[in-house]
Amino acid sequence: MSNKTTTRRGILRGALAGSAAAIAGRAAANPDPLITETQDWAIYTGDPVDATPYGLPIRFEADVIRRNVPWLTADPISSINFTPIHALDGTITPQGCAFERHHSGAIELAKENYRLMINGLVDQPLVFTYEDLERFPRENHVYFCECAANTGMEWAGAQLNGVQFTHGMIHNMEYTGIPLRALLNEAGLGAAGDLADKWVYVEGADASSNGRSIPMEKALDDVLVAFKANGEALRKEHGYPVRLVVPGWEGNLWVKWLRRIEVTDMAVESREETSKYTDVLADGTARKWTWVMDAKSVITSPSPQQPITHGTGPLVITGLAWSGHGQITRVDVSKDGGMSWETARLGRQGDSKALTRFYLDTEWNGEPWLLQARAIDETGYVQPTKDQLRDVRGENSVYHNNGIQTWALAADGRAENVEVS
Amino acid sequence: MSKFPNSSLAISAAGGTALLLGVAYGVSTNGYGEDRIATLQTSLDEARAAFTAQSAETGDLEAALGDLKAATVAQMAELRAAAAQQAESAERQIAALQAQLQSVPSGAAQPTAEPMTAESGQPLNLGRAALPEEIAAWDVDVLPDGRGLPGGSGDVLTGEEVFTEKCASCHGDFAEGRDNWPVLAGGFDTLADEDPVKTVGSYWPYLSTVWDYVHRSMPFGNAGTLSDDEVYAITAYILFSNDVVDEDFTLSQATFSNVTLGNVDGFVVDDRDEVEYAQWHAEPCMANCKATAATITRKSTDVGVTPADDGSMAESFMEQQLAALGGVEWGKERVAGSVHMGEGGVAEDEPVAQVANAEAPVAIKDADAPDPALMAAGEKAFRRCKSCHSVGEGARNKTGPHLNGVLGRTIGGLDGFRYSNAFQSAADAGQVWDNESLAAFLANPKAYLQGTKMSFAGLKSEADIEAVTEYLRSFGG
Ligand code: HEC
Ligand code: HEC
Repeated sequence: MSNKTTTRRGILRGALAGSAAAIAGRAAANPDPLITETQDWAIYTGDPVDATPYGLPIRFEADVIRRNVPWLTADPISSINFTPIHALDGTITPQGCAFERHHSGAIELAKENYRLMINGLVDQPLVFTYEDLERFPRENHVYFCECAANTGMEWAGAQLNGVQFTHGMIHNMEYTGIPLRALLNEAGLGAAGDLADKWVYVEGADASSNGRSIPMEKALDDVLVAFKANGEALRKEHGYPVRLVVPGWEGNLWVKWLRRIEVTDMAVESREETSKYTDVLADGTARKWTWVMDAKSVITSPSPQQPITHGTGPLVITGLAWSGHGQITRVDVSKDGGMSWETARLGRQGDSKALTRFYLDTEWNGEPWLLQARAIDETGYVQPTKDQLRDVRGENSVYHNNGIQTWALAADGRAENVEVS
Repeated sequence: MSKFPNSSLAISAAGGTALLLGVAYGVSTNGYGEDRIATLQTSLDEARAAFTAQSAETGDLEAALGDLKAATVAQMAELRAAAAQQAESAERQIAALQAQLQSVPSGAAQPTAEPMTAESGQPLNLGRAALPEEIAAWDVDVLPDGRGLPGGSGDVLTGEEVFTEKCASCHGDFAEGRDNWPVLAGGFDTLADEDPVKTVGSYWPYLSTVWDYVHRSMPFGNAGTLSDDEVYAITAYILFSNDVVDEDFTLSQATFSNVTLGNVDGFVVDDRDEVEYAQWHAEPCMANCKATAATITRKSTDVGVTPADDGSMAESFMEQQLAALGGVEWGKERVAGSVHMGEGGVAEDEPVAQVANAEAPVAIKDADAPDPALMAAGEKAFRRCKSCHSVGEGARNKTGPHLNGVLGRTIGGLDGFRYSNAFQSAADAGQVWDNESLAAFLANPKAYLQGTKMSFAGLKSEADIEAVTEYLRSFGG
């Protein structure tokens, strides 16, 4: 035997010893009965087809549901609940657990009773039926819809202990719909003259008759009149049969049960754009028309509702990032409350104005961490800290809190909503 | 974008350049203008280079002239004239560019460089013409300048009556807000406080919004039922409650423009692009980003307080910044592995198919089937109660107690609901709800049980009372 061979053997033996040690560390004391004993599900047959003509998630997932904060509202008719983002992965939000916000409850409006009116400064005021809408060329786009009040309860400090409650007023769906500009073109905008200073006022059919003014530039850009989400009809609670989709802009503009579009020569200044959805600054003045949702991100796991239960070793940190200005280009994660940062991996290249999933594949050795995520979008906007936001706006804005969130991860694997220096 | 011609520029362009760069700098915080400014700057740089090259060329020419002494004075004059002409044209171009730059708007609704148009495609001739009656029925918005207001009028005193009857149950007799329902009056000079009170008087910028919102959306649960005169009267009363008008004021199209709300100048158009974006565009720090290690300054679990049982409207609550609330430790619940389901949710072993049926209407208990028309009327009348009371499966206490089985129930008899003293005394006396007591209570709650906290003016019509009673009976009792 040559030295050479011996040497190679030595290396091989060393490597084998290493993996033997690893195997010893993974050794099970006793055989697993789930493997050694034949289980019921491997003996008896399961449900036939059609057991549930429209399937719900299996009962083991029964806690992946929308929740509201009971003390937040006297009345669930004008209220909000939250998407269980802590328990979801990928980017698409299933409709059944996508947050709801109603001002007068979710109404039942059948397709055959649906009418959409376009009036105001148009050449020919029109009425469309649902069937009419289906005859326009349609498009598919994925967009996030975030309530301007998302994270609004956190302005004065860490308050709700769960990412579902701090960041769950958001969902992300693939919409099928018609560009609003096609409908405006159908009615003709000649009567509106110079479009630069014109608006569209959009209004819902429910009792609140929520209405908002949108500048014409946006209306002609990427706004959709949508009737499908994630491939199926919109859910009642999201505006069945037709809602407006206003990409990148606050959820209140995404009028549900859309019944009317009016071209106007000024903003209507409705209750929802004066009394509400305006942002009071520290000096008592308020910003209005704050439509765009700035770049934001949050770690969804680990998080207070999603503690680490597997102990030390490999850990996947994951979360969501989004920007109303376009694509997310980068997400950084900090484990030490913002002292140092690592760049996370994007699940896939993000769509513009849609949720982007990020992952940081890492090791946890059981030490306490202060976890944060920071989003950067294609315009170069870097998600600010909560203190940076408060320095500019004070604590009374209610809306548009896109500050960096901190979870304190404890040695036992639990995470808590905190703020750091 | 027009570019400078590559030929040449004269000295005088330099002054214009500095001015132009100044303008460019002035608007450079505006995200929209940045592209155009970049293009302009490139043009300027090119122009400068051309100018330098041209000067060099002129210098060469002059040297050649000196050396050869062949050029005539006339030739020199021609060259100078040409240079002057070029200078003039450059100045004109700079002026045009400046005008373009200044027209780059800084407001939120920015026009694109091209004139805006809708899709150029041919209309598809879908839909049908909207009829005037249809437009009149739906197009009811009122603009800040008063356009859209219908005829009619209403005065403060009438408004007070209508408000007491239709609004005070939730908003308080003086629109001061009750049980955490939205506050409509007061809150003056609080906008810069820790907890601003945002009301029509303290916050709303336009009177048109009050008219429009009350007209289309209130009373809650019975929207769109007010006559135009009632809306005028109520709006006048809300103005009066906010010290904006006197007691003898009448609101109409004619007097509308005499009223200005206090906070009309309190709003600025979104200026995040100027105030915030520049400072949040820096290349982010990756290491040693803080002077000292981060420490925890505030924990959500320290805030823990019991959830309020009467709660409040979501947004008014958020606006109060929820200073002392929080309580529920969702994380722990999850750690413990428990399944959190609301009332009426799925029990662990219920088959999924039954879940789908959970929303099925509650079966009517009574053997002698109630009159369906009466039930329908009762259900409709109950809409006025729904914001405070629930019935049926999963009913829970809200602002008012749940009303399942209320007939035959002890007055004020539900455990776990905080009744007023008036109700507690009735409970102690062992009084029970029957047709008569319920009818008397519903006709005028405050008169029947002085001190009740049921903020409801009462049902005026006996038919409604009978219908609602039968409807309640269908939920047991
Ligand atoms: C059953 C309770 C109830 C009654 C009765 C009621 N309201 Fe309201 N009101 C509400 C609720 C709830 C809201 C908030 C709705 C929302 O945010 O979607 C509200 C909102 C308002 C607002 C806007 C408040 C703000 O700050 O934005 C005004 C103005 C108003 N109501 C006026 C009236 C008037 C006038 C009447 C009587 C004609 C009336 N309301 C009757 C419950 C009620
Ligand atoms: C603005 C909220 C509100 C509205 C609207 C309202 N209620 Fe009430 N109701 C209450 C409150 C609060 C109580 C408890 C009274 C107390 O403790 O003084 C109550 C008590 C009652 C009770 C007594 C229940 C018991 O346990 O003894 C009945 C019955 C009742 N309401 C019926 C109605 C009906 C029917 C309507 C509609 C026609 C109605 N209420 C509208 C708030 C309301």
